[in-house]
Amino acid sequence: MELVVEKIGHRYGELVALEGIDLAVREDEILALIGPSGCGKSTLLGIMGGILRPSAGRILVKGAPPADSLNPFTYIFQDFALLPWRSVEGNVALPLEHHGLGAAELRRRVADVLARTGLAEFRTAYPKQLSGGMRQRVGIARALAVNPAILLMDEPLSALDAQTRELLMEDFLALWLRARTTAVYVTHNLAEALRLADRVAVLSRRPGRLRDIVAIDIPQADRATPAAQAQLAGLHDRLWGLIKAEAQIAEREVIAAGASYG
Amino acid sequence: MAEPQMREVAFRGGGFVLSPRRGAAAVFFALLLALWELAIRAGWISPLFLPAPSAVTTALWELALAGTLGLHVGQSLARIAAGWSIGTIAGLGVGFAMGIWSMSRAIGVPAVSALFPIPKIALLPLLILWLGIGEPSKIATIALGVFFPTAIAAYSGIDGVPRNLIRMGQSFNLPWLAILRKIVLPGALPGILAGFRITASIALILLVAAEMIGAQYGIGAFILSAGNLMQTDQLLAGVVLLSVLGLAIGTVLSRLERWLLGWR
Repeated sequence: MELVVEKIGHRYGELVALEGIDLAVREDEILALIGPSGCGKSTLLGIMGGILRPSAGRILVKGAPPADSLNPFTYIFQDFALLPWRSVEGNVALPLEHHGLGAAELRRRVADVLARTGLAEFRTAYPKQLSGGMRQRVGIARALAVNPAILLMDEPLSALDAQTRELLMEDFLALWLRARTTAVYVTHNLAEALRLADRVAVLSRRPGRLRDIVAIDIPQADRATPAAQAQLAGLHDRLWGLIKAEAQIAEREVIAAGASYG
Repeated sequence: MAEPQMREVAFRGGGFVLSPRRGAAAVFFALLLALWELAIRAGWISPLFLPAPSAVTTALWELALAGTLGLHVGQSLARIAAGWSIGTIAGLGVGFAMGIWSMSRAIGVPAVSALFPIPKIALLPLLILWLGIGEPSKIATIALGVFFPTAIAAYSGIDGVPRNLIRMGQSFNLPWLAILRKIVLPGALPGILAGFRITASIALILLVAAEMIGAQYGIGAFILSAGNLMQTDQLLAGVVLLSVLGLAIGTVLSRLERWLLGWR
């Protein structure tokens, strides 16, 4: 299944957040959306999955989702969005419950996805008892439980510390290499984009426009080799060159806004 | 040059930390009761103005033996159960509507703000006029007093449910009712249960007030008649009953919170 973004524009009141975005997410790829903070990349992701209504343009789907997909467009959230009153098991079961699967099938699916994400021994724990990394693992398990056709990931690692981020990225990559679900991965972290993405779409800042799409031709599994690392370093510099100036403006603007309160 | 002197760094971090002191409360109340009893036995205070704890206990015991204790408590419990339930159900209904739909919010907030501050005791005569002097007016007074805080607790409880959880539910295509039942309701529950604590004490206050008009049985009626006859030992026995009733309701609510909000 392919996702086509057609002339998407979005404004919050006077503020133009997105303008004239044309983009296609190819089947089985990971497309990273990067850009400085405030460039509207999370807004674009919300529009792509149909939880935000764009001011202009439309989102099209080419092809049908797989028949066994219970929720073709599935999000993984930056703040995990777990229900604190449900256990790990309960949180993963939540998106399955209204599909009339039957108790046995539901239990089987939950157990299967918990085993795949290494959460089986935590199934009765509550979110508050888990570390940030484990909470996001639950978020990933919940997303995988519905067999998504497209994963929409909104800065899934941004709330985690650097070590946890590294561990979780490896785990996610291992899961992805097995299933190869199409994914859109929003991040402001170039290292994450270069580790995971097949293509990197760079957004400019206010109004958010598509500046460039950079393809990374090295398979994800081979990116740890020295030769690949050298090539990735070159890509890193190129991407950084695209967003550095705007990132600087974005940073200074936040400071100015903060100062006006004082 | 001489060797510099070694000194220990002074500790400055103590205080402002509370630790449990088991039994302290029991000892304090025992001492207070003993002092009270002593003050009356020694003749420092007239037993007419303040009967001794022993006299209050005796009065309670006699009441229990005569069988009227059960009658009074039973009647009061029935009124409070009916009034509180009606007020809570109506309040939850209106509060949820105000929490979910913009139109009910737009109408509800000013209406609740205008009616909530009215002391419901002031409406008792009017309610008696409408509903008669029997049970309905008493139950209506309690229900009315319970209704507004419950509605406010429910809608502010719903306001407190993180929007991102509702978005999450929508992103997984959860049906509207499932979002309400599995996300909004449990998310609002802490606020609603906190509201129950407030409405339970309001119900108790209004119960006593309502029972002081045209009631034969009930703790309020009992206290009023004891006061009229200057039977201060019986009057205080009634007050003790109210305190026990309030404590019992509080304990039930604490259990309920521990059971329903164990995830916190």
